[in-house]
Amino acid sequence: MNGPLQFVYILCAFLFILGLKLLSSPATARKGNLLSSLGMLLAVIVTLLGNKTLELQWIVVGLAAGAIVGATAARMVAMTSMPEMVALFNGFGGLASLLVAWFEYRTSPDLIAFTAGTVFVSVLIGGVTFTGSLIAWGKLSERISGKPVLFPGQHLVNILIVLTLIVGGVMFTLSPAANEPVFYGILGLTALLGVLLVIPIGGADMPVVISLLNSYSGLAACATGFVIQNTVLIVTGSLVGASGIILTRIMCKAMNRSLANVLFSGFGSTISSVKGGAEQREARSVTAEDAYVMLEAARSVAFVPGYGLAVAQAQHAARELGDLLEANGTEVRYAIHPVAGRMPGHMNVLLAEANVPYDQLVEMDAINPVMSTIDVCVIIGANDVVNPAALDDESSPIYGMPIIEAHRAGTVIIMKRSLGAGFAGIGNDLFFKDNSRMLFGDAKASLQALVAEFKDAQG
Amino acid sequence: MSAETAVLLAFIFMLAVVAGFELIAKVPSTLHTPLMSGSNAISGITLVGALLAAGTAGDDRVAVALGVLAVALASINVVGGYLVTDRMLEMFKKKERKDGK
Repeated sequence: MNGPLQFVYILCAFLFILGLKLLSSPATARKGNLLSSLGMLLAVIVTLLGNKTLELQWIVVGLAAGAIVGATAARMVAMTSMPEMVALFNGFGGLASLLVAWFEYRTSPDLIAFTAGTVFVSVLIGGVTFTGSLIAWGKLSERISGKPVLFPGQHLVNILIVLTLIVGGVMFTLSPAANEPVFYGILGLTALLGVLLVIPIGGADMPVVISLLNSYSGLAACATGFVIQNTVLIVTGSLVGASGIILTRIMCKAMNRSLANVLFSGFGSTISSVKGGAEQREARSVTAEDAYVMLEAARSVAFVPGYGLAVAQAQHAARELGDLLEANGTEVRYAIHPVAGRMPGHMNVLLAEANVPYDQLVEMDAINPVMSTIDVCVIIGANDVVNPAALDDESSPIYGMPIIEAHRAGTVIIMKRSLGAGFAGIGNDLFFKDNSRMLFGDAKASLQALVAEFKDAQG
Repeated sequence: MSAETAVLLAFIFMLAVVAGFELIAKVPSTLHTPLMSGSNAISGITLVGALLAAGTAGDDRVAVALGVLAVALASINVVGGYLVTDRMLEMFKKKERKDGK
């Protein structure tokens, strides 16, 4: 390692840190991303210039292929598909780190114990990240079923794999050159482990999974930094690792579940019995015309979006209705639960795409204290995150989860296809409250019907 | 690698983790998706290691394959991650700047 190179790497690390710092406000975030990308460009240029002996032909092939694929994907992806894309990219990052560690072993098998140990860690994290992310991507894009996949003895199989990996890792670390078959065994087992760890996790728990895999992809880069003794990889990898862990913690807290519960319980795999009597009660259904009358008279309205908004691609229709309400003198807010959607901040991005200004996006903790002052709360494709059972039914699986307390608003209009249960498989008492009105149908169609009512009324 | 280097690297690791926690805790929830795609791009830093690998692979075909694939995957992360993050952040606007239709 030569000296000047290391100094430029310090500058790169500084730019990454500055970039993350500017991400603390939507007003400066874009500049932060730009600075961060400059840091990356600098790191690449300096690496190429600082190592004169590099043969460029293969580098150019890889860079060109990656840049074309990456740029195309970034341009084409629909905002509703962001969770899949992030999941896939996490997997690529993990695999890239694994490959670099594998390369080190391949070209100099006689590694010292410390380096061999870090090669093992890098392969382990990178491999789990790669296959785990592929499964997460499959579930999010509905290429495979989003339902938890459970089989008898699942935990036992996982534990056996982990124990075998530990034994293999120790053998490999102690004498890497003599244990090439062990290395390949480790590769295969980490790939299998990644699959097994993610298949038992249901679709709506994916925000936690992709946050965790995000963290792993950083830690894999960090481990690879130890392998090749490169400080910028270590610093950057740990920044990403920390970021993913924080997001994971926020998501778990917003569901009042431990990480272990999310990862291992197979939540959502069974339809638990609906609490007594709920089926007998009647939900009051309204037409778009009735809903229009309520909204037209409201002084303040809060929209509560959920995954159903993303599925119905209803973000633009929601904003259009919001704009008409504002023009009518109504105060409009969008209340967003931390786990609404399939990844952290999913709803915010969709609404931003539809040109909702970010000062209208309100967090759960900010909306709940003023909920009783809101005349009409419109639920668009959300279910469990507004289920009052989380507050008052101790037998409910979601008891204790913080919710958006929509039931305390003057009137609640719920846009939903049917009275069916949400992801947690439990009925929702909110649908049967005295102040609740169901507006059945596709969320987008319902919103458009309301927009049409407003436009008709204005002539 | 000397024990001294190992300790130094571990020390850097510790400081970076602490800095990471402090920085990320201040990111508002409304920006969590761009944070994830942005940190995805940053984790493409493994590209630096991949470049060194692909450039020193020599005639070993397996090593070449490992290096080139690593470069390609890491640069997908870097290029795709930064571009899509920029595309998203561009959409976050304040009310005042919203120009009517």
